[in-house]
Amino acid sequence: MSKPNVNNPFAITANEVRSRKVERFVCFITLGMTWTLILPVLVILGFLFIKAWPALSVSFIFDNPEQNMTAGGIWGPLIGTFMLIIVSLLIAAPIGILAGVYLNEFARDNWFTRLINLAVVNLAGVPSIVHGLFGLGAFVYFFQMQRSLLAASCTVAVMTLPVIITSTKEALASVPQPFRVACWNMGASKWQTIRTIVLPNSISGILTGVILQVARAAGETAPILFTGAMISSRIADSGWASMVPYGLEDRFMALSYHLYIIATQWQNVPESFKYGTAIVMIGLVIAVNSVSIGFRIYLRSRKKW
Amino acid sequence: MGSLLGNYLFRWLIKQLQDRSEPIIVCIIYICGWSAILFVIAIFLFVFKESLPALTGIETEIAVGEIEVEQLDLGEFTTSPRWIPESAKKPAFGILALLVGTLSVTVFSILLAVPLGLGAAVYVSEFAGNKTREILKILIELLAAIPSVVWGFIGIVVMNPLITELSGEAVGLNILNAGIVLALMSVPIIVSVSEDALRAVPESFREAGLAMGANRWEMIYKVLFPAAKNGLLAAVLLGIGRGIGETMAVLMCTGHSVNMPTSLFDPVRTLTATIAAELGEAVRGDLHYHTLFLIGVVLFAFAFIINLTADLVVKGIRNQGNV
Repeated sequence: MSKPNVNNPFAITANEVRSRKVERFVCFITLGMTWTLILPVLVILGFLFIKAWPALSVSFIFDNPEQNMTAGGIWGPLIGTFMLIIVSLLIAAPIGILAGVYLNEFARDNWFTRLINLAVVNLAGVPSIVHGLFGLGAFVYFFQMQRSLLAASCTVAVMTLPVIITSTKEALASVPQPFRVACWNMGASKWQTIRTIVLPNSISGILTGVILQVARAAGETAPILFTGAMISSRIADSGWASMVPYGLEDRFMALSYHLYIIATQWQNVPESFKYGTAIVMIGLVIAVNSVSIGFRIYLRSRKKW
Repeated sequence: MGSLLGNYLFRWLIKQLQDRSEPIIVCIIYICGWSAILFVIAIFLFVFKESLPALTGIETEIAVGEIEVEQLDLGEFTTSPRWIPESAKKPAFGILALLVGTLSVTVFSILLAVPLGLGAAVYVSEFAGNKTREILKILIELLAAIPSVVWGFIGIVVMNPLITELSGEAVGLNILNAGIVLALMSVPIIVSVSEDALRAVPESFREAGLAMGANRWEMIYKVLFPAAKNGLLAAVLLGIGRGIGETMAVLMCTGHSVNMPTSLFDPVRTLTATIAAELGEAVRGDLHYHTLFLIGVVLFAFAFIINLTADLVVKGIRNQGNV
């Protein structure tokens, strides 16, 4: 301990100097830790992009894989992923949004509601490969959908349900209670209130959740491994048949499975094709996530209450 | 006139639908609300049902009735490190090596991810300004957005050469590789849950700490950490859950050989990767097939226990907050 400065009692003491040093040191270290997590990933993404550059072109995206995947592009898997997203969205979005509505608007605070919330948390935590097993046992064999786009979509829908439920619930909870009370006082029923007041006021938040579901569905491999994805299928190169190449009953190619196959199982695939496929997947997911972030910022700026 | 009447009729019909459909819609909402419970139970039942013949030795076929099938030796299943399902002479179904593989990769990834994730959470919640916080959170969400198969690809094409270069090992697909990749994958959830926990500590706690003459660091580790300890624990648990359940990345990065590891540079195989790699070849109705589903049941049980614990622990914080 140094002696207090007689002339200026507010002068900084050695103790305080040390204390501030510690503070700055910790701030610096934690900042360093944050960047240790982020920087390598950014560098890796840059590296992938550079390696993928020779393959990236319009034809890489719009051509089908040819000659045992050693030539052509990734149109077949890409459109398969899109179809998987759309069908799973059609199944998961209504159920998830209505479940969110139930949890926020109808459920009382009792043990049963707590049980539902616990189930949602657990559904989110079930490993993706177990979802795949469930899809195989339930949709493929029990409901006899065979290995198909429909079975895979159902599996992915169940897996992404908790994302939609949770974000819908949060979006609805952010609508102030007086909005509902005012509507009830006008004589509206519960469902009328939800339809005309609650849902329109929380639509951005709900969409954010739906978009996150899309991002997750686009990237998952394990649930579709045994429920419908296939290594290679002949699809048309042009016309309507190339836009919607798979029926609900058909097995399909998907981008994530395609990347897994050409990265680990297939020989003689040009390096740049693997990197190109990875970059297209990352690009897709980042684009989708940016939309969701944009929505969130828009939502925050527009909130009037 | 006709169109006017049609228009009126149409509107009347819509209005009737909107007004009268209320009970039906409310009923649908209730069913959807309960669906989460239904799905969790269904997942367990269907996976368990497919694994049952391995336990009982009896398979029920609708057309044939009950048939005797090969039964799994549960003692071997839980304690043997030998996993040789495709052997024609004497197949062995011991998951010990797989279990150790899963645990070693998960533990190593958690040892990396927790300190870094916690540090990042402290910076984002306590030191960063508003702008920086937003940017960092978006970047960390970016980590969460990268699909697991791409992480696996990164493990193969980036980490693999890097590890062989630096360590001199022949192959770089091992615990170290998978652990690093898995750490990067589980960091986002650790950061976001622990940041939530730190920010849930009331501002008055911080002010009181600072007013007592503590600097920011002393305030963080003597006031914030104890106050947020439940949330931080939940973050670690969720990170572990993520690690145990991850499939594609560990399938591609661990080297995929059944092995009791002795060092970080040993290749291993995990429970999830085994299912992903072998279920495609297993014949339906085979002991191998049923055993893979039994591994699924084990994974489900792990995930269930971890999530339940994390949930109870988080409930702990809320109760504290009310006091």
